[in-house]
Amino acid sequence: MGGVLVLVEPDGGVESSAVALAFGRVIAGGLGELLGAAAIGPVADGADDALPALAGGHGATHVHHVRHPLLDDYSPECWGEALAQLVAHTEPRAVISPATARGTEVMAQAAARADLPLATNCLTVSPDSRAWQLSRIRQGGMLIEDAELTAGVVMMTIAAGAVPPDDAGPTAVSTSGTAQVVSYTPEFDTSFVHSRVVDRSAQESGVSLTTARVVVSGGRGVGGAEGFLPLEELAKLTGGAVGCSRVATNNGWRPHRDQVGQTGSKVNPDLYIACGISGATQHWVGCMGAKHILAVNTDPDAPLVTRATHAVIGDVAEVIPAVVEEIHRRARRT
Amino acid sequence: MRIMVCVKRVPASGGAPQLTEDGRGIDTRHLSFTVGPHEECAIEEAVQLVERFGGSVTVLTVGPAEAEEQLRFAISLGADHGILVEAGPDEVDPQATAFALTEAIRDGEAASGAPFDLIMFGNESPDAGHYQVGVRVACALGRPIVGGVKGIDVDPDAGRVRFRRDTPGGAEVFEAALPAAVAVREGLNLPRYPSMRGRLRARKAEITELRPHVPAGGLRRIRLRVPEQQRPETVVLGHGASAAPAVVDLLEELEVV
Ligand SMILES: Cc1cc2nc3c(=O)[nH]c(=O)nc-3n(C[C@H](O)[C@H](O)[C@H](O)COP(=O)(O)OP(=O)(O)OC[C@H]3O[C@@H](n4cnc5c(N)ncnc54)[C@H](O)[C@@H]3O)c2cc1C
Repeated sequence: MGGVLVLVEPDGGVESSAVALAFGRVIAGGLGELLGAAAIGPVADGADDALPALAGGHGATHVHHVRHPLLDDYSPECWGEALAQLVAHTEPRAVISPATARGTEVMAQAAARADLPLATNCLTVSPDSRAWQLSRIRQGGMLIEDAELTAGVVMMTIAAGAVPPDDAGPTAVSTSGTAQVVSYTPEFDTSFVHSRVVDRSAQESGVSLTTARVVVSGGRGVGGAEGFLPLEELAKLTGGAVGCSRVATNNGWRPHRDQVGQTGSKVNPDLYIACGISGATQHWVGCMGAKHILAVNTDPDAPLVTRATHAVIGDVAEVIPAVVEEIHRRARRT
Repeated sequence: MRIMVCVKRVPASGGAPQLTEDGRGIDTRHLSFTVGPHEECAIEEAVQLVERFGGSVTVLTVGPAEAEEQLRFAISLGADHGILVEAGPDEVDPQATAFALTEAIRDGEAASGAPFDLIMFGNESPDAGHYQVGVRVACALGRPIVGGVKGIDVDPDAGRVRFRRDTPGGAEVFEAALPAAVAVREGLNLPRYPSMRGRLRARKAEITELRPHVPAGGLRRIRLRVPEQQRPETVVLGHGASAAPAVVDLLEELEVV
């Protein structure tokens, strides 16, 4: 059967699905195989054309639409079992998905059920008749691991931010821009063990940390929960969000959803203002995507100061209120 | 409730990782070690559940002999038993890790004649970050598992558990029947620090050691590299409060005020 199969997320994961498809296209081209896509569960109302267009637009000739009543809402076990059955049914050379939370979870479930290895967060991939060579992200991005994957079916997830390789001109791709939809129905035992979604809620409004243009972040140097008041003020004036280091979370000064870093959020603002944060690697990997970094720190040798584009050497408790005051002063003047 | 928590020994350093000369691993000679923040929260949650409902917490690790230190740390926080699957100094691939954990859990369940009500994992290890060991163990044991979890609500009498996790757009809540498994994230709770009594108990606790034969999986690490990063020349805007006008100039230049 063969082929290269890309698991796509037509709702919510279009961009990352496109990157995974681009990887799949180059891999399929290199192997002289067909590129196919797979989507699990219902597509959103009125989006029936989105799936074949997404897949076909990136060179897939066909897209397996995997449907079953147990797949009508998300369930990690059901979706993973469905993918494992599709893999057994179509016997592809490789299965690729974006390394989104859901993509990773479904791939891990499918790999476990099919007893196949899985390489997560890959940056580069090159097929080889013996073992596939790949590189993947470790330690939240501080390190890259070169690894070999030996498997009957190669399973991997593509890291956010991975750059697809140059298109080598694959042999058999869809040129019509749309893929043929093929339905697939997996089988489930009545006693199939799984978890199911019983409630869903939307985020509270406000500027979200991961999409904010400015993030004003505080660490140990802020000194306490009240120390964050001037930072909140500055965030409000710049239309930004407040972030923090793990020290601030662990001391209960800020909720964990504000934490930037390896075990918190990764942020990509135009400006990251790091107040009293030393710049441990686990924090750095969360903010290194910022275009500009302004470090405010009493220590001119703090790692974040030496890695920042801009720095102010001084006490947060003096610098940030002075900046807030200066913004107000200029606003009054105009 | 009987709860099993799976943890991994990882370097605690916040500095730039130093590689060994052959680039095959991290030079750990001058590092201290810890369990990841996700796993610290798993231990804390397990201890809180047992404080509330009774039962016991077992911590399990696959790793070098030194990983005993992380088991004793977990015991100092309130865990009751520690099991070390000794796998030597080299990193173990995720399939092999899952295999070793599964065998140890099966042994434990066979000895007591009952499954662990909840098996807990960190969502991903801070060093290798494979995002799959918990899922593999749960699948091998036929248990449901939800990942990325930041809220756990157990109803032992009803034999049911609810897991809450953040999604890109908000939050979702899952329900599963016990026995179940879960992979948690930091933010689930605020882990406590070890108490003096806990430390004493941990020092005396007996650690069960296992040395099973573990077949290797299909993913093999060849070497590690430090990614290239541009280091900009830092522009120092000034010292103390007197730097405020230069900072606001920058904000205006970036058009954020
Ligand atoms: C596996 C793992 C995962 C982790 N994940 C994360 C994560 O996601 N996010 C995270 O942040 N950390 C994480 N950490 C912790 C990380 O290693 C550091 O401990 C943490 O980032 C340090 O926080 P900090 O910079 O606020 O504190 P410190 O390192 O103590 O730095 C405080 C800084 O403030 C400066 N300062 C002090 N007083 C003042 C003042 N009055 N004015 C101005 N500056 C002042 C000091 O010079 C110093 O540079 C993780 C650690 C591990 C082991």
